[in-house]
Amino acid sequence: MTTPVLEVRGLVKAFPVGGGIFERLRFRKGQLLAPQKILRAVNGVNLSIAPGEVMALVGESGCGKSTVAKTIARIYEPTAGEIRIDGQDVSHLGFREMRPVRRKLQMIFQDPYASLDPRQRVKDIVIEPRRAQTGRTMSRKALEEEAVALLARVGLNAEQANRYPHQFSGGQRQRIGIARALSVRPKLIIADEPVSALDVSIQAQILNLMMDLRDEFGLSYLFVSHDLSVVHHIADKIGVMYLGFMVETASRDQLFNQPKHPYTKALLSAAPTVDKALRKPEIEITGEVPSALRLPHGCCFRTRCPLAFDRCAAERPALQAQPDGSSVACHLHDQTSVARSA
Amino acid sequence: MSETLLDIRGLKTHFHTFSGLVKAVDGVSFDVRKGEVVGLVGESGGGKSVIGFSILRLIEPPGRIEAGEILFDGEDLTKKSEVEIRAVRGGEIAMVFQDPMTSLNPVYTIGRQMDEMLQLHTELAEPARRARCIRMLEDVGISEAESRLNAYPHQFSGGMRQRVVIAIALLAGSRLIIADEPTTALDVTVQSQILKLMRRQISERGAAMILVTHDLAVVSEMADRIVVLYCGRVVERGRTEDVIAHPAHPYTRGLLDSIPRITDRQHRLRQIPGTVPDIRELGSGCSFRERCFRAQPLCAEKTPELAPVRQTLDAACHFPLEETKA
Repeated sequence: MTTPVLEVRGLVKAFPVGGGIFERLRFRKGQLLAPQKILRAVNGVNLSIAPGEVMALVGESGCGKSTVAKTIARIYEPTAGEIRIDGQDVSHLGFREMRPVRRKLQMIFQDPYASLDPRQRVKDIVIEPRRAQTGRTMSRKALEEEAVALLARVGLNAEQANRYPHQFSGGQRQRIGIARALSVRPKLIIADEPVSALDVSIQAQILNLMMDLRDEFGLSYLFVSHDLSVVHHIADKIGVMYLGFMVETASRDQLFNQPKHPYTKALLSAAPTVDKALRKPEIEITGEVPSALRLPHGCCFRTRCPLAFDRCAAERPALQAQPDGSSVACHLHDQTSVARSA
Repeated sequence: MSETLLDIRGLKTHFHTFSGLVKAVDGVSFDVRKGEVVGLVGESGGGKSVIGFSILRLIEPPGRIEAGEILFDGEDLTKKSEVEIRAVRGGEIAMVFQDPMTSLNPVYTIGRQMDEMLQLHTELAEPARRARCIRMLEDVGISEAESRLNAYPHQFSGGMRQRVVIAIALLAGSRLIIADEPTTALDVTVQSQILKLMRRQISERGAAMILVTHDLAVVSEMADRIVVLYCGRVVERGRTEDVIAHPAHPYTRGLLDSIPRITDRQHRLRQIPGTVPDIRELGSGCSFRERCFRAQPLCAEKTPELAPVRQTLDAACHFPLEETKA
């Protein structure tokens, strides 16, 4: 078996929040305490991506999907857990030690307006990662030629290479972001909602470009999105997240044909579609996502789940492998109890 | 056929900017009947939001309504004075904006903001207004409504805030609600709750709604009729089923094809080439012609007029698409 490009084991990321020490001061049982408020963004996520594979993380806002992406890219340091890129553990590498790793891993961001330096020319933006990786060994001319070639690959011409970001539309800026990520020929690209800021007609152009580049460069993607139809189009396998937990992982066909977790079913039925004939029986869920500052005990989804029962409040379900190869964290799909009752 | 509530005829809203004249809305006509949901769709720059703002006369310089009539119940809103239009805003016609955080005032309680609406548009006394606010909050699915009246917007989640905004829009018994991307900032599970709520409240009250959105899927589930906009003009309008199933304008077709579908997955999505042209540099001819796969020399010479293509569908295209046989 080949080494996965990315392997994540038990990833946990918690953020201390709640302001300075004086804001947190409390008297409790005669003692002066400053309890730390902890926002538990990611609570033990496992995933692995094989070379050339596209994995998507889906979920609603606040489910921790972007935090997972940013922690893997080591914009954040994980609180616990292991991140292996091409077999190498990068979970606690320092800034300088990460630099060679970034040759294998690049990121594309959601907001094409905020992710490009407005005062750099496009050709300089695109080649910046390459320049950083090669030190001063490449001549300016060689770098510029590469920049123009990269821009041509994503559909921008040489004349546009000398312009500034504000002269481009959202879709074109996202192309620039993709060219920048490609400049070091990475194995893995982490794309955090790369098309959600774009109009549908432009969104299709960018998705097509990303799929072409995957075939051409043998890229793997970790694709973070809230849009199920986009995910269905691009992903080989999908992880569904809720409140920092992975509630279901499955191949694309399994997830869309036989969703197992009640939350996955609810997501699928809530997504609006133009194909009216196709409406699935609605699983209606009420309310909204609880706060990650106070996670419900037991199953994270039980507060909104129409199928919740006693055990869901008492015990947190673990992600369990299912007979068909998918994994689900739900007591209704508990394989040990199924085996016992059989 | 039910009565016409709003009739927009040849509306032109232009912005006189330093870098040139922007014809954001350039000759738009459509109507809204009582009890109906009309969806305005299109990509950014299509002019869909500007139409919503024009109806309520919320266009500020350098923008101006240059021509056209906006007949609401037979009265032309473009001819009303500022004092008269203020009675219409929030009263006869209410608006729900995209971002519920910026459309609520962060320093006043929910109760006070709701009460303001009733003070302006009704003659009710304080206890009656309060009772009505509480009932309205319950109607939009907010529990413990009475104590929630004293809460501030930041104490609500995004979905709850949008419920409050909808409650405010419905409070004064408006006959037309203009909802500008009401669920774009919300998660899908919350979005479906809010859309159902709006649909139910509209039909219970016999009001009409203009739903402005970029999301064809949302429109296809909500609207009775669809108006598709491109570069400030109506390119297609008709009954929702017809527009979605058999669009006549190549732009609508392209938009529908660009949506990744869960039913059939091709390796590549069919895409509309190019980008929306700069609205300041539109010459004569069809503004979609440079991205259109059916464009012919005629498209550059003559601007196509909106004309009936089929019984329930109008399109502005010299070479409209045939009805596809399923």
